[in-house]
Amino acid sequence: MGYFRQVAVVAFKDLRAELRTKEAINASLAFSIVILLLFSFAFDPSEDTMREISGGLLWIVFAFAGTLTLNRSFARELPNDCLDALIAAPLPASALFLGKCLANYALVLAVELVSLPVFGIFYNVRWARQFPELLLVLLLGTWALTVIGTIFSALTVNIKLREVMLPMLTYPILIPALMSAMQLTTALVGGTAINSDTIDSLKMLIGFDIVFTAVSLALVETVLVG
Amino acid sequence: MSAVAVEGVWKFYGDYPALRDVRLEAAPGSCLALIGRNGAGKTTLLRIVAGFSKAQRGKIKIHGNDPRSTETRRQLGFLGHGIAVYDELSALENLTLYGKLYALADPRKSALEWLERTGLERVRNGLVREFSRGMRQRLAVARAFLHEPSVLLLDEPFTALDDRAIAVLQRLLREALAAGKTIVMSTHQLREALELATHVALISRGQLAFHGQCTPEMAADPGYIYAQYGEV
Repeated sequence: MGYFRQVAVVAFKDLRAELRTKEAINASLAFSIVILLLFSFAFDPSEDTMREISGGLLWIVFAFAGTLTLNRSFARELPNDCLDALIAAPLPASALFLGKCLANYALVLAVELVSLPVFGIFYNVRWARQFPELLLVLLLGTWALTVIGTIFSALTVNIKLREVMLPMLTYPILIPALMSAMQLTTALVGGTAINSDTIDSLKMLIGFDIVFTAVSLALVETVLVG
Repeated sequence: MSAVAVEGVWKFYGDYPALRDVRLEAAPGSCLALIGRNGAGKTTLLRIVAGFSKAQRGKIKIHGNDPRSTETRRQLGFLGHGIAVYDELSALENLTLYGKLYALADPRKSALEWLERTGLERVRNGLVREFSRGMRQRLAVARAFLHEPSVLLLDEPFTALDDRAIAVLQRLLREALAAGKTIVMSTHQLREALELATHVALISRGQLAFHGQCTPEMAADPGYIYAQYGEV
């Protein structure tokens, strides 16, 4: 079976299991909407102020909500020792990892795409003025979050305090990607297209995705088997 | 060439040696029963043979190859303590999933065939979370046998099985042996295991205390091995 077919089998398995239970996506979606709602009560910013903090606010919400999904990624394999069966199956560990990444990516993106209009309504911000570029940043930033979250989900799967350990390990490494995504998102929500001031952030985001995807693919066999 | 060869394997948990210089072989078509008290190292050894963890020293060979190679994994079937099927998927979906992961020619057809062989065809579309314990165990057996592995690694396969599931498993194991497949099983249920075993290995505190053919005395009296070869 082709490598990418194996990736797809793992991804569809995870998505099917998640859509049947809705454990992670419900928690993640509820969390992001509640945080957006609470912040909208806590502050009463003018539209200009809101534009300035929009990137930071959105990516903090995405990162925290995303972790709820990512925590379940490998933990889902624990109850019946399914991880053993996946490790025993003749698929490369990188295919297993990529499959899980793609499933997580779809789930985290879905939460983000629902959260954006909610953000627009609660904060009275016209967030879609640069939608294609904002979508690009969303895709790149979410991939960074997903790759790092999935590899650390694999690393912490056998730790009892994995729900605590995953964010502690993930966020520090994500800082360059999150800073870039925040800066770009703030500019794009404010209506400014990507220009010479923000292009470096986009390059950083692309570079981060490439480097950490390659490192994760190279290390996942060691992470899972030792 | 041995189907399974364990060559001087050591495994440490911290400073504690869970396995000490274990050397074993299982010839093609043989059934090796790994026996020993709780904590002797049977599960640790099986997990290393299956490629789930690595030995600090020594080597494992499956038909002369590394257990982690893709081709070797295609030939291995593992039935562990967990059933390794997903509660939120149906029996058919679970087996089809594994059929696809093992690149079977027709995963759905193989899945249906094994559901029938394990007596689960009527509940094929039922979610596993709704299954009784015995049904879950039979599904786990179907999952382990689905890809027709040439080497079966079974960790306490008879534990928690009801009579029907034990009968199903014993029949499948006999068929596998008759077809020339190799079985390595760890067990506390000596009577069931020694009915099938051609060879026996007694592990005691991480060391091999005995490794040899299963004799009529052993098969007749499960306590014989412990009485004869005792603890290291």
